[in-house]
Amino acid sequence: MPVKLRDFPRTHFNMPGNAACPGCPETMGLRYVKMALGDKAVLVIPAGCSSVIQGISPKSGINFPILNIVFAAAASAAAGMKAGFEMLGRDDVQVVVWAGDGGTADIGLQAMSGAAERGDDIIYICVDNEAYMNTGIQRSGATPYGAWTTTTWTGKKEHKKNVPFIMIAHDVPYVATASVGYPQDFIEKLRKAATVKGFKYIHLHAPCPVGWRFDPGLTPEIAQLAVKTGMWPLFEYHNGKLKISSFSRLYRVKEKRVPLKEYLKLQGRFRHLKDSDVKILEEYIDRLWAWLDLLEKAPNPSGTARDLLGK
Amino acid sequence: MLLTWFQRGDDGMVVKTLTGNKAVAHAVKAARVKVVAAYPITPQTTIVETLADMIEHGEMNAKMIRVESEHSALAATLGAAAAGARSFTATSSHGLLLMHEVVWWTAGARIPVVMSVVTRAIGPPWNIHVDHNDIWDQRDSGWIISIAENNQEVFDLTLQAFRISEDPRVYLPMIVGLDGFILSHTVAPVDIPDQEKIDQWLPPRRQPYVITPESGVVMGNLAADEDYYMMRYSIQTAMVEAKKVISEVDDEYGEVFGRKYGGLVECFHCDGSKYNIVIAGSWSGDAKEAVLKLRDEGYSVGVLRVRYFRPWPDEEIRRLLSTSKGVLFIDRSISFGGKGHLLTEAMTNLAESTNLPAVRGVIAGLGGVDVGADEFYELTKSFIDEVEENGPFYDPLYWHIPQVYRGKYPERLPGYGKFSYERR
Amino acid sequence: MSNVNVEEPKSLFIAPVSKPAPGSVGKTGTWRHEKPVINEEKCVKCLLCWLYCPEDTILRREDDMVYVDYDYCKGCGICAKVCPVNAIDMVPEG
Repeated sequence: MPVKLRDFPRTHFNMPGNAACPGCPETMGLRYVKMALGDKAVLVIPAGCSSVIQGISPKSGINFPILNIVFAAAASAAAGMKAGFEMLGRDDVQVVVWAGDGGTADIGLQAMSGAAERGDDIIYICVDNEAYMNTGIQRSGATPYGAWTTTTWTGKKEHKKNVPFIMIAHDVPYVATASVGYPQDFIEKLRKAATVKGFKYIHLHAPCPVGWRFDPGLTPEIAQLAVKTGMWPLFEYHNGKLKISSFSRLYRVKEKRVPLKEYLKLQGRFRHLKDSDVKILEEYIDRLWAWLDLLEKAPNPSGTARDLLGK
Repeated sequence: MLLTWFQRGDDGMVVKTLTGNKAVAHAVKAARVKVVAAYPITPQTTIVETLADMIEHGEMNAKMIRVESEHSALAATLGAAAAGARSFTATSSHGLLLMHEVVWWTAGARIPVVMSVVTRAIGPPWNIHVDHNDIWDQRDSGWIISIAENNQEVFDLTLQAFRISEDPRVYLPMIVGLDGFILSHTVAPVDIPDQEKIDQWLPPRRQPYVITPESGVVMGNLAADEDYYMMRYSIQTAMVEAKKVISEVDDEYGEVFGRKYGGLVECFHCDGSKYNIVIAGSWSGDAKEAVLKLRDEGYSVGVLRVRYFRPWPDEEIRRLLSTSKGVLFIDRSISFGGKGHLLTEAMTNLAESTNLPAVRGVIAGLGGVDVGADEFYELTKSFIDEVEENGPFYDPLYWHIPQVYRGKYPERLPGYGKFSYERR
Repeated sequence: MSNVNVEEPKSLFIAPVSKPAPGSVGKTGTWRHEKPVINEEKCVKCLLCWLYCPEDTILRREDDMVYVDYDYCKGCGICAKVCPVNAIDMVPEG
């Protein structure tokens, strides 16, 4: 189902005059969530940039009803909301978690794992700007190797935690990666997730001009470069089958990928990297794609193990 | 498996022999709770087990969320409640401490929910027995906090909690405390009123707002400091309103179901008694037993049982302090570096009192140390005798050392001896 | 459908609730150093600027010609960067 821009109504998908920094990928992403899910969704937002982006009461700069919740509890609060709606006969409401990489990969991982294992019928979106941006650019589990942050002044020594793979291992019906550089792809994935029953996970790559140290006008371009260099592969895992998304398909072949340096050189957080560091990141990319290759080829005759249980 | 026997009364009321935890589950079922989210912890576990059993076997039309932690338990309960569903959770001790952040968040959201707290000691060392430090630790959070004396009251308070917390004058979440093992795992007869009568008495859920696609409500984004301040003021005004509501609900419940407890406190021979014990929870029964014996011996003594720690029964305590010659506080908790919680709270009412009674604050029974009626008798008798002999005094930290350790440690701590009022 | 009543509180009640509305931190147009100026001659109405604008401050006319909500546009410059025909110029404020 291709996304046609002209079909969208002329309404506010996000509320202007909010507290987001110029060029913010989160407000971009939130617009796409509204474009995809319309007026039948409520958001659950744990502590993070998006808590602040809403701005000051009695107004809110995000165009959704929202339950703001403590940092570690987004998935469980959403599970509760969904259960509440179900018990009140409101199966039409999409409960969507909108959490950062801190709220997902780190402090919120336990609650999310619980909700995924229980199969709670929610869409969980991790908007990944690869550090704790709201508190001032500290490293997170999702910060890539080599990146400068205010708690890794000489660059992070560990690789990025691969949360989408962790969620695939949970055997949930739908896992996808997306990027604010490819809104149509993200919108399509959201629309698909909305038709799937059970726990849906979408990991949205969201380059942050403030934390990554780049010109705020470059947010979409940097997001696209992450995909084109193979650093952020777009894929979809639905009912046990992994498929590389169309915007990433070309970069399955190493030689077709844009050189990683093109992506790194635009970002101040990677300015100090040595060639040896770049090589470590390139090896990370190769390994990432090798895993994807394995997952893509993995035989899966009848959906997830959850399906076999008749869930 | 505990035996349960039934006896049907004339008005459709069923008398069951239930543990405190089963009494909770029956009240939750009777309140037609829609969503339960809870995580097992001793001694709360049988609440979540019983509710799961009731829900899985279709006895109760609710959804059970088997969460992976207490932090998630209350978050899920809040989520369901924000969507508009009557919801419930239960926990104890470390579970309650883990969820403490969400305890504050729920009260701040002004979303009514009900939670059972099965009181238990906090480690280390590990200890699963009764202690009130876990429940009183929530005192500043904006929850209404009640504590029961027996299993019947556990049932009644749990049912009333939905009515109180969902009252438009209140709109605050509510904790119902019951003592670990002493109530949670001990059977006693519990009258369960007829469901139709309960349905008539407990109105459909009311709440100040719901978060739905239609409502467009956003809960909890940033607010100006001044607005934050006024929201806090509003919680305090709701607490004051809650005093009225609690009293009304107690009266009404008494009229409809025949059991009335006295509102924020239960006064057991406390009116007009020269000496009074202030106490909360299950061991109040032992204190009452001791008081009856002392009264037989001619002592003028009563018990004021604190049923609600929040809102604090200011009026009742002020009156008690004004009319008593001596007040003996029995605390099953200690604020380290401070004093027992009941005593500390009650002393805030002293300035409003027309009288300065003799006061002793006893710390006893921490970690489930058994304190029987005979010990309450001794504690009370010696307090009264001391006052009668030597005049009034202030002795706020009297450690009732367990029998096996008695004599080896000081009961009065350095810096907190017994201060005679005459010395002033 | 549901058995929940949203009932007005009967005491002084101030809940931490808000509603979505523009301007939750005021007129963010004042944040701008540069403003996007659309050259209608060049515009091909592809709507990419509208799609990528993080703020919802690129608006569409009936004919899908775009214009800028200067009250709130923060001047990030994304619209100018994504325009495939260079129809948007970033012009210094002042």
